[in-house]
Amino acid sequence: MNQAMTLANSFNWIVRHRVGAVLFCLILFPLLMPYEALAINILIFGLYAVGFNLLFGYTGMLSFGHAAFLGVGSYLCGIAIVSGGWPWWAAIVAGVAAASLVGLVIGYLAIRTRGIYFSMVTLALGQIVYYVFYKAESWTGGENGLRGIRVEAINLLGWQLDFLNPITKYYLILVFVAAALWFVSRVLNSPFGAVIEAIRENEQRTAACGFDVARAKLLVFVLSAAVCGLAGALRALHLSIVPIDSLHYLQSGQAVMMCLLGGMGTFFGPFVGAALFLYLEDVSTAVTTHWMALVGVVFMVFVLFFPKGVWGSVLHWLARKAATEKP
Amino acid sequence: MSLPILEVENVTKRFGNFVALNQVSVAFQPGKLTAIIGPNGAGKSTFFNVVSGLFAPTEGRIRFQGRDITGLAQHEFARIGIAKSFQITNVFKQLSAHENVRVAAQMRASRFALLRPRDSMKALIEQADALLERVGLAALRNKTAADLAHGQQRALEIAMALASDPLLLLMDEPTAGMSPEETVVMMRLIVELSQERTLVLVEHKMKLVMGLCERLIVLHHGEFLAEGTPDEIRNNSDVRRVYLGEG
Repeated sequence: MNQAMTLANSFNWIVRHRVGAVLFCLILFPLLMPYEALAINILIFGLYAVGFNLLFGYTGMLSFGHAAFLGVGSYLCGIAIVSGGWPWWAAIVAGVAAASLVGLVIGYLAIRTRGIYFSMVTLALGQIVYYVFYKAESWTGGENGLRGIRVEAINLLGWQLDFLNPITKYYLILVFVAAALWFVSRVLNSPFGAVIEAIRENEQRTAACGFDVARAKLLVFVLSAAVCGLAGALRALHLSIVPIDSLHYLQSGQAVMMCLLGGMGTFFGPFVGAALFLYLEDVSTAVTTHWMALVGVVFMVFVLFFPKGVWGSVLHWLARKAATEKP
Repeated sequence: MSLPILEVENVTKRFGNFVALNQVSVAFQPGKLTAIIGPNGAGKSTFFNVVSGLFAPTEGRIRFQGRDITGLAQHEFARIGIAKSFQITNVFKQLSAHENVRVAAQMRASRFALLRPRDSMKALIEQADALLERVGLAALRNKTAADLAHGQQRALEIAMALASDPLLLLMDEPTAGMSPEETVVMMRLIVELSQERTLVLVEHKMKLVMGLCERLIVLHHGEFLAEGTPDEIRNNSDVRRVYLGEG
């Protein structure tokens, strides 16, 4: 009984302070990982999956073109530094702005369709973005990717930080991720957050309640693109190159897999999914070059037996525990 | 007679070659409870969908309080004061009963605020509780809508429709699929609601509305057939022929 009480309380506490709880985990996270670069990757892809989840898990729109926003965020951040000589922070802004703009265009075209057609349209438009960047070789480096994004030190109000030190880099990136998570959490808690969940549940009813469904969908699409664009910009700074693969549809598929592994429609789920996916990838590439097969099996097991994902299942279990103890 | 709240003027709705509604003209007086009746295939559902904004008529006009609203988007119907409850239960299944009504009530207060916590909008929370109380669901406020019984989900729908405080409430077969006990409760609620706002019911079961409505409109094969008080309709020979299967 007493143990159950603490369970229920901790569950409620986590729900109420979700941003704090996630940050707590992320601050300790690099200490648990075999090496820091993996931790940074998980941090960035966790954010990417959170942005994707805003659209997929919360609004119920399955996009297969989100690599476009990750990639555009990366490329524009990189181009701003390499060709424009912009400072790192302005480059991040450029990446996010470009991703939002591409999100506005793709979203505008795609939200007219539903279900599988929406997925196909986003996939096709995402591939168009891929080819545009692939062909614009003088700007993007084409097949070889964009190279030479050098950010070695970051000057924060006169305080020099060594961006080549992986731990410093992790915590610097975490600052941006934290801000984005706070923003996403606020949006989800807002009246608008209620509207997108209503759209997921029943689009027709939402319109009958007086909400402009098309406008809400477009707005959440752009917000999702912006968050993914931020993840992309941070990734460009982290890797100091932008591989052309970051625009590939396989990258879009990764977001879907991460969300499903971790638990779509939950706040922390995408991070858990990203961590699991990348950790699995890291471990299995050491054993075999066919690591995708292994990840695929794990993925299928989850979809078949744990459709709520890791974090979704944990939450479900905690909620049931909390409910049974009440009189 | 005062200005009609809703006027339907020569409305035709075609789906391909099929004429679902043909040149229907009717007007609804404010404060009255009117029922649209007719046998299967009479065009009742099409009529409901046209006047509730799901789709625009192929021809003809619809006026609300004198304003032409033909072709307005679905969400705009709700904003000008026309709410509806669906024939097939249409709620947000995975949300709690309370959140269902709260979201609906939110339409008047805030549609697109991004950074404001919804818990801070106390008036909406209270309004949702009051509406749940009204339709008899107060005790079930935290239950997931999908876990409610059929009759309770229908009651929830009505609470959602009322959340926008509509001038005109349209109900498509409000007692469809209900048990006799649930039907009695729903009828009582409908009578109560008709005291305070204009109601239009689309109903298949003629008996149900006879004792309830002040006015009936009968559709048949997508066309207007008759209109009048329950007594007039009961004694109308055309209605008896097509609807009651007599003569």
